[in-house]
Order: sequence, then structure tokens, then C-alpha cells
Amino acid sequence: MGKTAVSAGLAYLAASRGKRVLVCEMDAKGDLALAFEAAPRGFDPKEVAPRLFAMEMDPEASLRQYLSLQLRLPRTAVFGPVARMFDFVASAAPGVREIVSVGKLVWEVRERHYDLVVADAVSSGHVTGLLSAPQTINRLVQVGLVRQQTSWMLDILSDPSTTGALVVATPEEMPVTETIELASRLEAETTVALLGIVVNRVLPELFGTREEQVFEALSSPGSRSVLSASLGGDAGGLLDAARWMVRTRRSRASHLQRLREALPQAALIYVPYLFLRSFGLRATRQVAAALAQELEN
Amino acid sequence: MVCGPGGVGKTTLSAALGAMAAVHQGGKVLVVTVDPARRLGQALGLRPFHRGQQRVPDAAFRAAGAAPRGELWAELLDARAGWDALVSRHAPDRETARRILANEIYQGISERFIQSHDYIAIERLFELHSEGDYDLIVVDTPPTRNAVDFLLAPERMADFFSSRLLKLLATPYRSRLADAAARPFYYVADRVLGTRFLEQVAEFFILFQTLSEGFVERAKEVERLLSDERTAFVVVSTLETVPMREAEEFLRLLPAKGLDAGGLVLNRALPAYLFDAELASRASALAERAGELASALSAPGAPLEGFDAPLVQRVLGELAANFHNVAVVAKREAARRAELSRQVGVLAEVPELPDDVHDLAGVLEVGRRVWSQR
Repeated sequence: MGKTAVSAGLAYLAASRGKRVLVCEMDAKGDLALAFEAAPRGFDPKEVAPRLFAMEMDPEASLRQYLSLQLRLPRTAVFGPVARMFDFVASAAPGVREIVSVGKLVWEVRERHYDLVVADAVSSGHVTGLLSAPQTINRLVQVGLVRQQTSWMLDILSDPSTTGALVVATPEEMPVTETIELASRLEAETTVALLGIVVNRVLPELFGTREEQVFEALSSPGSRSVLSASLGGDAGGLLDAARWMVRTRRSRASHLQRLREALPQAALIYVPYLFLRSFGLRATRQVAAALAQELEN
Repeated sequence: MVCGPGGVGKTTLSAALGAMAAVHQGGKVLVVTVDPARRLGQALGLRPFHRGQQRVPDAAFRAAGAAPRGELWAELLDARAGWDALVSRHAPDRETARRILANEIYQGISERFIQSHDYIAIERLFELHSEGDYDLIVVDTPPTRNAVDFLLAPERMADFFSSRLLKLLATPYRSRLADAAARPFYYVADRVLGTRFLEQVAEFFILFQTLSEGFVERAKEVERLLSDERTAFVVVSTLETVPMREAEEFLRLLPAKGLDAGGLVLNRALPAYLFDAELASRASALAERAGELASALSAPGAPLEGFDAPLVQRVLGELAANFHNVAVVAKREAARRAELSRQVGVLAEVPELPDDVHDLAGVLEVGRRVWSQR
């Protein structure tokens, strides 16, 4: 879908506007590092651009940090027991792995170490579990340190001026269907507000109405042969490529329409398809520029 | 076994393979899916698509212009019901099964416990194989986060049941206090989660451990089935970054587990003419000479007579720019295709189709393209 590209672009944009930003890759696959052409990050945030800090979530490290703060022990002291306990807890208890992951980020917001925290979240199937972790924990765990955390976390997650979800989708069949489902699950199962939908990889509109008429005329056998003769060889492929683009864009536009009809209240933010050989910092900057333009409107 | 990352068209391809087999090879074919979106039913024209097995009527084939030699069936698996059935089957007695199914931890866990969808699909496959009603079973594997999870599910299940971790979890709380080595562990766990929760979890795992023999035995049988020479793995992917990486990881894992990759199907491939270098140079020429060509084409007696020359020039410029753009993407894909082919012979490529596949005719069209490249 381009979640990481959008997260990176958004973080880059905010940092370039003077904000101190933390961007976190929740499933630690290393894509975020590629978006900044930096070495893979770890759990400790590292500066990848002025005011822009990147990290990868590590639930065990997060729990260790939390415990060392709460129990006032150096992090190394809780290493052995915590590793074992974490395995146990993560297998047994729904919500625990999620709560230490999302908890770390919510904590960063509370401590005001950053102006903006961007979470490049996990896939749509798992994200509601992540965002409803405080409620899950509340249901299952009655006492203990973990339980005590849930209220302030819920406060921050529920406040639309503090926390919002951006769903990234491409205008294709399955992504649109999943986005519609995710939007309703977010509302039903979490307290997090939907900020908007980023529609990614929007194909360019090649022709307006008049241009399209010219294109149709160019596609006639007579025009094709004149064009090919002028260019020194069969130029039909150039026309085919344009037709492919027009058709594909049209099919995608119909999915976009379905999205609009299902979620009329949602703000849609468009990011164009990037025709790049590879994806690195240049792509991130282009996404940032696209977002800047959209957010201005 | 149709495997691969999510969102690449596995379900459509599974339907296509099943449909083509039913049409051309005959016999009784079953396509199994654990797909919550029920797209398999939609693709095969089964409405409503409910749990259990349904036959795709001959009328649907006729409407799609085909005459099947055999029968095509489809089955939708329900992961939750599957788990409940698993528990009931492996539990030593009805009372234990009842207690597990009613346990609060089980309720919360069964959705996510050791990749539940994957394990259910595999379990069901084994059952179907044992029943022997079908000549061909096509399994549309679940769209998990990592394509390899599916393959590792039986092993992980067996590992979990024999692990020290489970033994630790299933020990009644009071007796743990005597184990000095485990004490720091429990001290931290107790502070973080509280005693009552730990006891609840312990109760669940004490019960759950009674299932272990059945699970471990079954996991071994399933592994044997997967490595049977009659089992083939078809990996589906597109050439986009994330799906590619998962497909590669999966292809590396197959030989590591002693399994053979049947082949690779690349979906949404870009048309071949985009790679043509001569065409690319003509696109450059078009960009440079757009103005001159526009005037020529819109001159009296020329094919575009009557059109405004600047307008034609704009369109010609767009044609050139568009070609270059799409060719960049094509080059990117070509590099990735080359990488993937090193790991396995590419079985087939299915081009990006103008419309999404949503009926049997569309499914058969995909099937024909794959079939012709065997």
C-alpha cells in the first residue's frame, strides 16, 4: 500500500517545517530505514535528518525500558527474567505485546519529547488489536503495573486532537474493501479517530476530453502508420502504453468512487504514483511534497 | 498449495487452477479457502458462499462458455469453528474440552494463537486428504502477514507443546514459589500482571496441555503430507517490493524444509512491449519532434486534419512522457523478475487485466493464460 512511504513522507514534511518528529516502524522490517537511506534503526531513536528521529519497535525492549523506569533498575538488570517473562506473557495474554508497543509511543507523546509521533503501523488485520489493547488489558488483567497504564493511554488515544489514524489505500479492489472494513472496525473497536484516508499510487490523468479525441484519432490505422513512418519504425506501442494507462486509471477510479460512497465523511488525501527506478530518499521527498500540497487544500 | 503474500491474487489463481483442472483434466476438484472476504465464492458465482462444501453448477460453466469434464467444488473454512473442533477432537474427554472452550483466555487467544488460520487450513487439508473424496485439492492459503508462517505452523505448534515455556506456564502458581531459579521471573510477572491473571493463565495452560499429544502427532502427519511428492507448492506474487520480498523468503524456505517449489506465477505483469529499446528511442524522438509532427498530422489532407496543432502537440508529448514513465516501472519489474527466476523457474505470468476478476468467465480467462504457459 505504501504505508511506510507515506509515514516517511509525512514525518519528513513535519520535520522540514520545524517540528521535532519521531517515526516508528511497528513491524521492524527495515523499510523505514530504506525510505531515509539510513542504516537499519533499532529500538533507540536515531536522527536520520534534522529534527527527524527514526526507530523500529521491539516489544521486549519496550517492556524492559518501562520496567527499568518503574522498578528503577538499570535496563541490564531486568534482561534475563524479562526475556523469559515476555515470551510467556506474549504467548498467553492477548493485548500484552500490543500494549507495550503502542504504550511506548503513547508514552513519548505524554512525555512531550516530540512534537509529532508517526507510527508506521502493522497491516490492517492486526491494527485494531494494537489500538484497542488498553481495553483488552482492562478486561483481562485486574491489577498490576500494566493495568495502571491503561487509563492514561486511553485518554491520549481517545483524544482526536492528540491521536488520529490515517488509513493508506491504493485505488484497487481489495485495498478499498479492506479500507472500508478497517474504518468501521476502528470505530467499533477502538477509541481512535479516523483522520482521513491517504489514497496512494494515483495514476496520472493523461488526457482531458479534447486530448482524448485527438488520442482516438491518432489510434486509427491511418494515423498509426503516418506516425510510425515519421519515427522510423512501428510506434504502435506508444499508443498501446497510453491506452493501458487510461484503462487502468479508469478501472481504479471506479474503486475510488466506491470508497467515496462508503465513507463520504472521510477526508481523502491523494499521493501520485511515483515512476521511480528505486525507492529511497528521493521518493520520500516526493511523497512529502505531495502531502504538503494536499494538506494546503 | 497456492502460497504467497497477501493481496497478489492468490484466491483468483486458486479458483483458476481448480476450474482449469475440472474443465480439462476431469475428476473431482476442490478449492479450499480461509478467506474472510468470501471472494472465492464471488469468483466462482456461488451465492451465498457459506461454510462447508458447495458445488459450482454446470450452468455456471456453460454461461462462461466452458464444458467441464469433471466437477468443481469449493469450501470455505471458518478458523474459529475449526479451532473449536480441533480442541474437541484432541481433548481427553468432553469435560476438558468444554472447560477449554469456555475459558476466557482461550476466547481471547484462539483468534491469534500460533497463526490460527494457517494451522486450521493445514489441519483441514489433512482431513480432506484422509477422506479421499477428491482427485485434486487446491488450497488457497490464508493471507497472513508473512507467507512463510503458513509453512512453519505445524512445526511451531509441535515446538510449543514440547517447550519448557509451556511446562512453566502449566505449573500451578503456588508450587512455582519453591523453584528459586524461576523466582525472579515470577516476581516481575507478578508485579506487571498481578497474581490472579497469572492463575487464570495457568489454569488455561494446564487444560491446554492435555491436548498436546494429539496436536504433536497430527503436526508430524501434516509435515509428512506436505513433503509428499503429490503435493506441489505454487507461489504467487506480483513484482512490487513488499510482495516480492515475501515471495523470495518463501522460495528460500521451501528447499530448507525439503520441499519442492512447483513454480511461480507472477500476477499483474506489465506488457512486454514496454521493454523494447527501439520503441523507447522512438518515444524520445517523439518528444523532441512533437511540434513538427503535430503540424504535419493536422495539415490539410493529413489524418488529424481539423484538430488544433498545439493540442495535437500536447497529446504527442504526453504519449512520449507516459511511455518513458511506464518503461521505468517495467525496467524495475524486469530486474526483480530476473532475481526471482534465479530461485525457481517462472511458471507463468498473468498480465494486468483491465478489470478485476469477479466471475467464472474471468477466472477461466486467468486460467487459460497460466495454462498456456505450462
